[in-house]
Amino acid sequence: MKKSSNLFENLVHGVFLILGLVTIACVLIISLYLIVSGIPAILEIGLVDFLFGTQWASTAAEPKYGILPFILTSIYGTFGAIVLGVPIGVLTAIYLSKLASESVKNIMGQMVSILAGIPSVVYGLVGMMVLVPGLRKLFNIPDGASLMAAIVVLAVMILPSIIKMSVTALDAVPGDYEDASLALGATPEETYFRVSLPAAKSGIAASVVLGVGRAIGEAMAVMMVAGNAPNMPDSLFQSVRFLTTAIASEMSYSSGLQRQALFSIALVLFLFIMLINALLNFFLKGEKKG
Amino acid sequence: MISNRRKLFLWTVRGLMSLATSLTGLLTLFLVGYVLIRGIPNVSWELLSTSPSYLSDRIGILPDILNTIYIIIATLVIVLPLGVGAAVYLTEYASNKRIVGIIEYAAEALSGIPSIIYGLVGMLIFSNNMGTCLMAGALTLVIMNLPVIMRNTQESLKTVPQAYREGAFGLGAGKWRVIRTVVLPGCVDGVVTGCILSVGRILGESAALLFTAGFAHVANGFIEGLSSAGATLTVALYVYAKEQGEFEVAFAIAAILMILSLLINLSATMVTKKFQRRNQ
Repeated sequence: MKKSSNLFENLVHGVFLILGLVTIACVLIISLYLIVSGIPAILEIGLVDFLFGTQWASTAAEPKYGILPFILTSIYGTFGAIVLGVPIGVLTAIYLSKLASESVKNIMGQMVSILAGIPSVVYGLVGMMVLVPGLRKLFNIPDGASLMAAIVVLAVMILPSIIKMSVTALDAVPGDYEDASLALGATPEETYFRVSLPAAKSGIAASVVLGVGRAIGEAMAVMMVAGNAPNMPDSLFQSVRFLTTAIASEMSYSSGLQRQALFSIALVLFLFIMLINALLNFFLKGEKKG
Repeated sequence: MISNRRKLFLWTVRGLMSLATSLTGLLTLFLVGYVLIRGIPNVSWELLSTSPSYLSDRIGILPDILNTIYIIIATLVIVLPLGVGAAVYLTEYASNKRIVGIIEYAAEALSGIPSIIYGLVGMLIFSNNMGTCLMAGALTLVIMNLPVIMRNTQESLKTVPQAYREGAFGLGAGKWRVIRTVVLPGCVDGVVTGCILSVGRILGESAALLFTAGFAHVANGFIEGLSSAGATLTVALYVYAKEQGEFEVAFAIAAILMILSLLINLSATMVTKKFQRRNQ
């Protein structure tokens, strides 16, 4: 009797252990698949030609597989979204965390959740129908589907994560810091910007890194507004292709080396994301310590 | 008392903060309003209840609605035991801090991977073996939603008082019996919250499904549906807007998605509030 119940308990323990390890297995399998399917094309094209080639012509008679335009577009696009989105997000977060009345805080909290819940294709659709024609008229350019349109859409899409995480970080600043600053004669605004903001800096940095991760990984919304021509991103008003959209736009009809090159692009994107994850962890640890 | 320079700073900062906050609020209102106003007039019973037909030049989104429901059910049925089980292992069994750390790190890594990469890997692992079908899409979504379910369950498992477990152990219950009768009933709120969040994510997901579940518009039964290719609402929106230029249908779908995502937000808030009150 005793033995059989022990056996049963061990069995249950084993089952739960396996369930716990599924997560690790998933990460390993994903990394493995990306590496195994991404390496061959890089070897065939050559690492330097692949990463720093400025021309992508996968369906030409003499195909060229340079992904520098995609890498630069992804970096510029993400940077632009951060430049546009972070000030708005952080200013909103300070207001909501420190100055807003309870009801404003509640309503805006709902708004931010709604913004976070909107599917990316809906962002893409509104971008296509409102932003793209708007940019075309505003700047008098032949086509509004451009890097600029993608930057604006991405900036809006990263707003909720930046606001939410920054509010959490600002809420966690000890009230004593602020009281001390106020007692020394600083105005509330000076206190929030010169005391609370620096105290919450690693949490806010983490929110920015999270935004970078969101922006660099977004595919569908960008695909609908960026124009998708594999140009070098020389100007804000050019039709461009991101790393994500490079994969999505050719996947359905690709074959052979072209298909393998798309897997290599995914591998490059994956490495970017892993780097960003490591950075995020670094800042989150900093916040726990601080 | 306050110098002009400080006053200037004060007013600039105040102005900028109000500007940023109102911009965020107005932007949300505009997005919701614009999509609803342009979409709702296009939602008709015919659109909701028929399949697209070239013969009668008609577009219907019934298959897409069914596919969305199928994929949500299939994903949740698979991800729930996995996610809840992993959470139970982490809080009830794991004694090794390092294993806990690695599993949590893996979950974080999973939630940071962009959906287009999930789509690609899902295509390689699932679709290449079982064909492009809803089930392949659902399995891809299982991996994506695993961290969501796991984390929410874990959070609520932590709120189950240690005394409950000790009490049950003291009465002579085995570990599994304690988990089944004391621990699991205590984490229902986390599981429900996780499910709501997952449904929201599945509803909004498109990049991961494009190459795993495909984009056919045929209305099927549940079992048949899972084994054949099909577009969910989001994928259908993308196809109608980007490839076919059917913007009226696209806005109709967008309005439906917007209403659903508002409902999900509402229920998530209500569930959290309800459980908070109970826990106090």
